[in-house]
Amino acid sequence: MLTDLTIAQARDGLRAKEFSAVDLTMAHLHAIEKLNTRLNAFITVSHSQALDQARAADAALAAGEARALTGIPLAIKDLFCTAGVRTTAGSKILGPFVPPYESTVTANLLRDGAVLLGKTNLDEFAMGSSNMTSAYGPVENPWKRKQDETAVLVPGGSSGGSAASVAARLAMGATGTDTGGSIRQPASFCGLVGVKPTYGRCSRWGVVAFASSLDHPGPFARTVRDSAILLGSMAGHDPKDSTSAAVPVPDFEAACARGVKGLRIGVPREYHSDGMPAEIDALWQQGLDWLRAAGAEIVDVSLPYTKYGLATYYIVAPAEASSNLARYDGVRFGARENGEDLRDLYERTRAEGFGPEVRRRVLIGTYVLSAGYYDAYYLRAQKIRALILKDFTDAFAHVDALLTPTAPSAAFAQGENMDDPIKMYLNDLFTVPANLAGVPAASVPVGLDANGLPLGLQVIGKPFDEETVFAVSATLEQAAGFTALPAIRAGG
Amino acid sequence: MTMQPKYAIEGSTGTWEVVVGLEVHAQVISNAKLFSGAATAFGAEPNSQVSFVDAAFPGMLPVINAECVAQAVRTGLGLNARINTVSRFDRKNYFYADLPSGYQISQFEHPIVGTGEVEVELADGSTKVIGITRLHLEQDAGKSIHDQHPTKTLIDLNRSGVALMEIVSEPDIRSPEEAGAYLRKLRSILRYLGTCDGNMEEGSMRADVNVSVRKHGEPYRTRCEVKNVNSIRFVMQAVEAEAARQVEVWESGGTVMQETRLFDSGRGITRSMRSKEDAHDYRYFPDPDLLPLVLEEDWIASLKAALPELPDAKRARFIQSYGLSPYDAAVLVAEKATADFYETVAKGRDPKIAANWVTGDFFAAVNRLGRSIEDPPVTAAALGGLLDLMADNTINGRIAKDVFEAMVETGKDAATIVDEKGLRQVTDTGAIDEAVDRILAANPDKVEEYRSGKDKLFGFFVGQTMNAMAGKGNPGLINETLKRHLAAQKE
Repeated sequence: MLTDLTIAQARDGLRAKEFSAVDLTMAHLHAIEKLNTRLNAFITVSHSQALDQARAADAALAAGEARALTGIPLAIKDLFCTAGVRTTAGSKILGPFVPPYESTVTANLLRDGAVLLGKTNLDEFAMGSSNMTSAYGPVENPWKRKQDETAVLVPGGSSGGSAASVAARLAMGATGTDTGGSIRQPASFCGLVGVKPTYGRCSRWGVVAFASSLDHPGPFARTVRDSAILLGSMAGHDPKDSTSAAVPVPDFEAACARGVKGLRIGVPREYHSDGMPAEIDALWQQGLDWLRAAGAEIVDVSLPYTKYGLATYYIVAPAEASSNLARYDGVRFGARENGEDLRDLYERTRAEGFGPEVRRRVLIGTYVLSAGYYDAYYLRAQKIRALILKDFTDAFAHVDALLTPTAPSAAFAQGENMDDPIKMYLNDLFTVPANLAGVPAASVPVGLDANGLPLGLQVIGKPFDEETVFAVSATLEQAAGFTALPAIRAGG
Repeated sequence: MTMQPKYAIEGSTGTWEVVVGLEVHAQVISNAKLFSGAATAFGAEPNSQVSFVDAAFPGMLPVINAECVAQAVRTGLGLNARINTVSRFDRKNYFYADLPSGYQISQFEHPIVGTGEVEVELADGSTKVIGITRLHLEQDAGKSIHDQHPTKTLIDLNRSGVALMEIVSEPDIRSPEEAGAYLRKLRSILRYLGTCDGNMEEGSMRADVNVSVRKHGEPYRTRCEVKNVNSIRFVMQAVEAEAARQVEVWESGGTVMQETRLFDSGRGITRSMRSKEDAHDYRYFPDPDLLPLVLEEDWIASLKAALPELPDAKRARFIQSYGLSPYDAAVLVAEKATADFYETVAKGRDPKIAANWVTGDFFAAVNRLGRSIEDPPVTAAALGGLLDLMADNTINGRIAKDVFEAMVETGKDAATIVDEKGLRQVTDTGAIDEAVDRILAANPDKVEEYRSGKDKLFGFFVGQTMNAMAGKGNPGLINETLKRHLAAQKE
């Protein structure tokens, strides 16, 4: 089946004229047509635009002008603004919004010949770990519990639609954004590779902002190599984003073949969490054994401020969000609820337009920045953030990369963890520190839990050393030989 | 030693001193906005100069405009201020319809320019140094237009995102006059630097006026801020009105409350706008979309090297090299265009005569005709030509005034007017001798009086002779001839 190919395989097949880009795109559009009603992975499918792009890709292939992603059908998280294609951020307040501009990351993908199938579902404004906060309904995880096929599982979040679409073979790869784990946790829940690169590696220009200092665009794919191909296209310095780094983009795909011989891999002892299932602990040990067997040296390290990561994150992220979301006021674009006067218009528009989780975080953010609380919350959180970064800097003086679990559990069912926001926030326990420090991290699927659900391990690297992250991830991937398939998938 | 303040308010309980600090918002001269590439021209069609960044569309990001940074640094250097090599941008959060992002990007804790000073000249010839606390860069907001529709407010975002410099003074100002002198001097420096056009009518310079009063020797009392005053005259009036109000509040047993007030220029009073309790909580925090602004010392040095001569230096040079009085020099350097005009006139000519003509007849004509130095009634070159005709004795000073008026009226140059009207000075001693003889002969009684000691009559004879010669006689020769003839008759 064309939908089962990896990006690397499809690239070769297109160049060898085994099939056309239109064939490949049609196969994915058919899969979407068949499965999206159930999965709800896409909010918008850009059918005709995708076919136009596929035809252009075929023309380029025929002319011998193929680029890195020519003809490869991808899904785009609906947080990336796409010119002429509705962009909702998973929110009612942006429901009618059609951007007149293309985000830098999607523009880079288009430059390299990619076919964009549509816009994927997400937690509203990327605030969530389950995709349950989307105004466009929840996304179903294509994976099923062996014992309980009726339970509808969440794909994780916030990039739940992207993860579900790639897992169910509705797209060959997808973009996501990761503010506290929003690529890595859904990747782990859906048996995918998800990469959060270094802060500044991928431009944020044209990506609807959640928390500017923590938002990282990155790729989802079914293999480490595919994710490296995608990141190579998405990354690059962008003068339109002041926080974009002026550093060259190395050959990530080549780095996948480097191996780990001679590398020192750190095991942060603080990532042993009390309530963590034994099977995740066991898989972590297994991962370390695989790396040791491949020639790496395993070293115990300490990241003492890890325990403050989540608390710090839930001050910094809402603070920035409360300010970033002020622009959704009903005045210039998006949804508006008319009111008696300006203040009434604001209140009605925002009360109607934002869901409860977004409102909660705007309130928390407003509170922690308020006069009299700023020093106790925001300022203190910034200090701890600096200490968390120092933790990583100190650790990376001794090791080349770190290995940890990605999430404290496998995918949970819709409705679970919904009674208490803190329970949901705990999903980000292991992923949040890399966002606070801006260091690159990936989640790699390495095994299944007792229910047959995928579990991922997280590889964290030095700033701008994604190459080592890919090398370690590829080694784990090869050793794990992860071949399990989700129950719901194209052709499945 | 106690010194009576120069400006004092006599109240029923004693003499009060006024304490003033000014926050001036000066629009930066630049082609593009502070964080976007949109244009900044004044008076464009509403919403024709708005980028997606200015309208705060989703995913849009600010990128600092290097020219605006350079303008702030130049201004800092012109105010003899410390340039901070590391500064930072913060978000000032509040909701308003003409603030698209819901926050203004400003510099709160770490401004680009630190302490400096400005020396101002006062009417009595004294000077005073006013301290500068800081200068920071920030975005302007858009404009809400309430009077175009019966029920709706229209919004023009052309100004949204335009770069402003907020220049904060120390509370060193002690009178309306000093407030006016400070603003005029600040505006002059900004215009010399080319960093702000200082045009208060167009809103490119606005002042918030902080006023308090106290008895001499007391610590500061509570101040009120009078917002957005848009002319120097109104600032001076606002200081006076607000100080008087506060004296009345204190003396009637009340307490001045910290608040924001507005100046009602029609009634000449200040009105309460909002009290401290209603003040916004702006929730300042560092803008995560922008990295700290780091300036290279070399770059600052290159900007410094390229600064133009500023008013104080120019004034000193005019006194030193042209021998002008401090007053004339100050008048001539107040506007760079005036100083340039003067130097064109003075080049290769007597600088004092040039100064007298520029500040005298020329300024009078400018004011009378409602013209400006940029649109002068007589060009600098033409005025220089007139001075040349005096210098080579083609015409005398009296005729020159008539020629000047003719130049203003006709736009012709001085030489043409002199030729056409036959105004050349008479230096023929025979003609002068003849005229003097005629005048003395016609006024024997006056000659008698002069001889008996009434020296003042000499001027009468000069005037009569000049009139007889239709004003064209050389004054020096007339004096000389008269003295000779009167002396001869005396004998």
